[in-house]
Amino acid sequence: MDGMMTGKVIAVNGPIVRAVGMNGIKMFDIAEVGIDRLIGEIIRLVGDVAVIQVYEDNTGLKPGDEVLSYGRPLSVLLGPGLIANIYDGIQRPLVGISEACGSYIRKGIKLSPLDRGKKWEFRPLVKEGSDVGQGAILGEIPESMLVMHRVLLPPHISGRLTRIAPPGGYTIEDEIYTLETASGTYRGKLAGYWPVRSARPCRVKKKPFIPLVTGQRVIDTFFPIARGGTAAIPGGFGTGKTMTQHALAKWCNADIIVYIGCGERGNEMTDVLTDFPKLVDERNGRPLIERTVMIANTSNMPVPAREVSIYTGVTIAEYYRDMGYSVAVMADSTSRWAEALRELSSRLGDMPAEEGFPPYLATRLAEFYERAGFVETLSGKDGDITIIGAVSPPGGDFSEPVTQHTSRFVRCFWALDKVLADARHYPAISWIDSYTEYLHDIEDWWKILDSQWLPVRNEVMGILLEDHRLQQVVKLVGSDALPPSQQFVLFVAETIRNAFLQQNSFDPIDKFCSPEKQLKLLKTILDLYRKGAVLLQAGFSVKDISALDVVSEMVRLKSEIPNQEARRIDEYGIRLGQRLDSLKEAKG
Amino acid sequence: MPAEIEYTTLSGISGPLIFVEGVKGVGYGDIVEIRSGSSELRIGQTIEVDEYRAVVQVFEGTSGLSVKGQRVTFTGRPLEIPVDRDMLGRVFDGLGRPIDGAPQVISEGTMNVNGLPINPWSREYPRDFIQTGISAIDGMNTLIRGQKLPIFSGSGMPHNLIAAQIARQARILTAQEEFTVIFAAMGVKYDVARFFIDSLEESGVLTHSAIFLSLADAPSIERLITPRVALTLAEHLAFEEGMHVLVILTDMTNYCEALRELSSSRGEIPSRKGYPGYLYSDLASIYERAGRLKGHKGSITQMPILTMPSDDISHPVPDLTGYITEGQIVLERELFNKGIYPPIAGLPSLSRLMKDGIGEGRTRRDHAPVAAQLFASYAKVKRIRALASIVGEEELSELDRIYLDFGSAFEEQFLRQGHEENRSIEQTLEIGWRMLSVLPKDELYRIAREDIQRYYIPQGRGA
Repeated sequence: MDGMMTGKVIAVNGPIVRAVGMNGIKMFDIAEVGIDRLIGEIIRLVGDVAVIQVYEDNTGLKPGDEVLSYGRPLSVLLGPGLIANIYDGIQRPLVGISEACGSYIRKGIKLSPLDRGKKWEFRPLVKEGSDVGQGAILGEIPESMLVMHRVLLPPHISGRLTRIAPPGGYTIEDEIYTLETASGTYRGKLAGYWPVRSARPCRVKKKPFIPLVTGQRVIDTFFPIARGGTAAIPGGFGTGKTMTQHALAKWCNADIIVYIGCGERGNEMTDVLTDFPKLVDERNGRPLIERTVMIANTSNMPVPAREVSIYTGVTIAEYYRDMGYSVAVMADSTSRWAEALRELSSRLGDMPAEEGFPPYLATRLAEFYERAGFVETLSGKDGDITIIGAVSPPGGDFSEPVTQHTSRFVRCFWALDKVLADARHYPAISWIDSYTEYLHDIEDWWKILDSQWLPVRNEVMGILLEDHRLQQVVKLVGSDALPPSQQFVLFVAETIRNAFLQQNSFDPIDKFCSPEKQLKLLKTILDLYRKGAVLLQAGFSVKDISALDVVSEMVRLKSEIPNQEARRIDEYGIRLGQRLDSLKEAKG
Repeated sequence: MPAEIEYTTLSGISGPLIFVEGVKGVGYGDIVEIRSGSSELRIGQTIEVDEYRAVVQVFEGTSGLSVKGQRVTFTGRPLEIPVDRDMLGRVFDGLGRPIDGAPQVISEGTMNVNGLPINPWSREYPRDFIQTGISAIDGMNTLIRGQKLPIFSGSGMPHNLIAAQIARQARILTAQEEFTVIFAAMGVKYDVARFFIDSLEESGVLTHSAIFLSLADAPSIERLITPRVALTLAEHLAFEEGMHVLVILTDMTNYCEALRELSSSRGEIPSRKGYPGYLYSDLASIYERAGRLKGHKGSITQMPILTMPSDDISHPVPDLTGYITEGQIVLERELFNKGIYPPIAGLPSLSRLMKDGIGEGRTRRDHAPVAAQLFASYAKVKRIRALASIVGEEELSELDRIYLDFGSAFEEQFLRQGHEENRSIEQTLEIGWRMLSVLPKDELYRIAREDIQRYYIPQGRGA
């Protein structure tokens, strides 16, 4: 066969296999190993010896077994049918595997990632005879009720379109168009391969300026992320990394979600799989699954496939970005990916750096997060990829290498706090340890809602920081020893925690909070703070204020007033103001 | 497959590993039989092979072996055990061989002890509430059928008593099905194993339980196989025979130490505290064998027990376990010293599957908010206690003192219960409301107003 190389296995050490006899094989080419033809990738070449990492369980593999390679790099198949699908780390369809071999994943199984028989309703958008450049949109296919799939000319190919199929049903095997290029005739289909380890090209990367609206108050208001940005969610076990990732995947306003379950629990993926078809996107009334692609390489699936799963995911994200969509990638968890890297590097006998991780950990992390961005695509559209990576530091200690390196490459850091999680304050995002660098990038967007957004946000943040400082004192002397003005700061900060920061993602109303509602809640709290401060000056005690029914009602606004009725918060605000004023008058 | 060849070419022995030279056609992960002298047979497995040499780990340990005079056969098969319903009511060693004097198990087939990864698509999301009769678990850290929920304990604490109480009392509210219990002991003392056997016997479940014992005096490497053997039988019973299986694994810390021993004798680069970098993946290959499958009736619920060295929850074993399991029941030294049984820590304990297994139609509508409120209020108690220890109780505000009352009532009435006390979920919630009613209504901000109206006991304060 054309370009096929064969060699033989000489040594097996876990998923790392050494083989000889494959002259001309290149780094990161795919190899098929042994009688089961297990899929592997060339990760090192030493003289005549090729080192292969095998993506499947290789028990029973023997020295002398055959190795094949076609000299192609590890690639994903990109085309219609990705949406609502679930793949393992090397893009094998898990639904197909379950149909072929039952509840367990048997090794050596090979299935096409996309349905080759399904007919897609194609509509051309370009006329025959026109000149088309790389990445041009040639036609479209309704892939789901939410996603219009745009058929793209692959990167690095351009020329004159001599033929394009008329509207109609086509499979991904059918030839759809013919192009005369400088180097000859090119025949294109609806789907094509792309190597996972190379980023897909774009025209230019631009500065992000639109926030990714997540509906989570602590994020949108205090630590917002821009579309095309990068964020990390570090937290020890039980602090709610996965729950936060799930909430973002459900409610953020991206067009496409790529959810990568990388070395995590099987039941968590099942949770996504059972939840997303039922949950409905408020903006369009369609199930969330219709905009979601899932990659599941759970902790008990082969470790090397875990290493590659994040690249598989981000390559699919780039494909939809190139169609002009806004894509959010959830990688849960990048620490498991780093551990896979460590395990493989240790089997290769690499000299370790910190805590046994290989020295190239930082480079690999940087490369991965660099695939995010707000770009002008090859066809001139705006598209973006936001990457949100969970980090699972051992012992919840943020000084470990993965958290430390990640924090250098992301611009948004949502630190999860064990104390908050223990008190079941979710999302347990710490307002002390978290940060975002996107605040000023997206300020203009919020200004359209309210020119005072940033000052209001900063003033409330100031109360929280003041509270944090005072809590150190309170720990030593108790709150009664503080002057009334400081006691009032403590009271308002507690109100902010309970009425604003804490959010129940299972409550039908509270799960998603619109930016308008967030802003109204925030301003109401600030009103309480300002008016209350005046009352204190007039000789009232904190208790006089906190004992008012209207004040204790504040914690219920978030779960009793739906987004569409956010103006009811204004009505509440008027009542609050009246009660506070009447307090003053009563004393006269 | 070439005919089985006997090799006598041992070139070295190191810890549980032997090195065999000049081998041909040996597969990675193959089972190896080692015979020394005339009778003794040991079982091992290849963990590394190249063209000339195989590295074999010997499950029974290498004590008494020498490089001369051993005959080694490579079977060309992975480690398999017979699995059958008849294994219930029996006692086995850590490799699954009967040690109760009764005859060998006769089964139709054998299964690879390493199992295969479950396809996430084929899983059924677990949502059946298991009533354990223990308030701290049912009320606040609900166990769900198909969950993996470990007990994080410390030396001297009553983890065995709790696990046995759960094994005796666990039941599903909607059905009259009982659990089959599989008990696997790794590196624990004989009296611990005896305690479990006796406890299962007293409650009459021993006849449908299977026991696997790799006790403290067995070679440590055998422990690496024991949980896998137990889970292989569990998978057969759950997904072939449709049974509901509760697997208790004790003590996972001993298992991890055996893994560290093996890794170190292989000269691998250690990560934290000398444990190998793949400890997480290795533990996942055990814990992830819990769950439910679409189209199958049975389930595997796992309750691994581990002792945290010096009660340190950030030690690699509890830490990595917590990252894989669906929550954890943490035992707390402070409660234990106060004499409270079960000393289940209020705050660090967690059940991740709780949210979907409780509520209207499953337990009661107010279950989730009551649990959330208990957690939040108890967290506040901890803060106030820390403060009181500095400024003294007299300096606290009135509300803070009410919180302290709530705190002690919660520990003495909600957490504390008898070894034989089996509380229904209604009783648990009722006690929960009694505790919450110590606090003023306005403090119950996690609970909807209508539920407060319905369940709050107005005279609760100061009662």
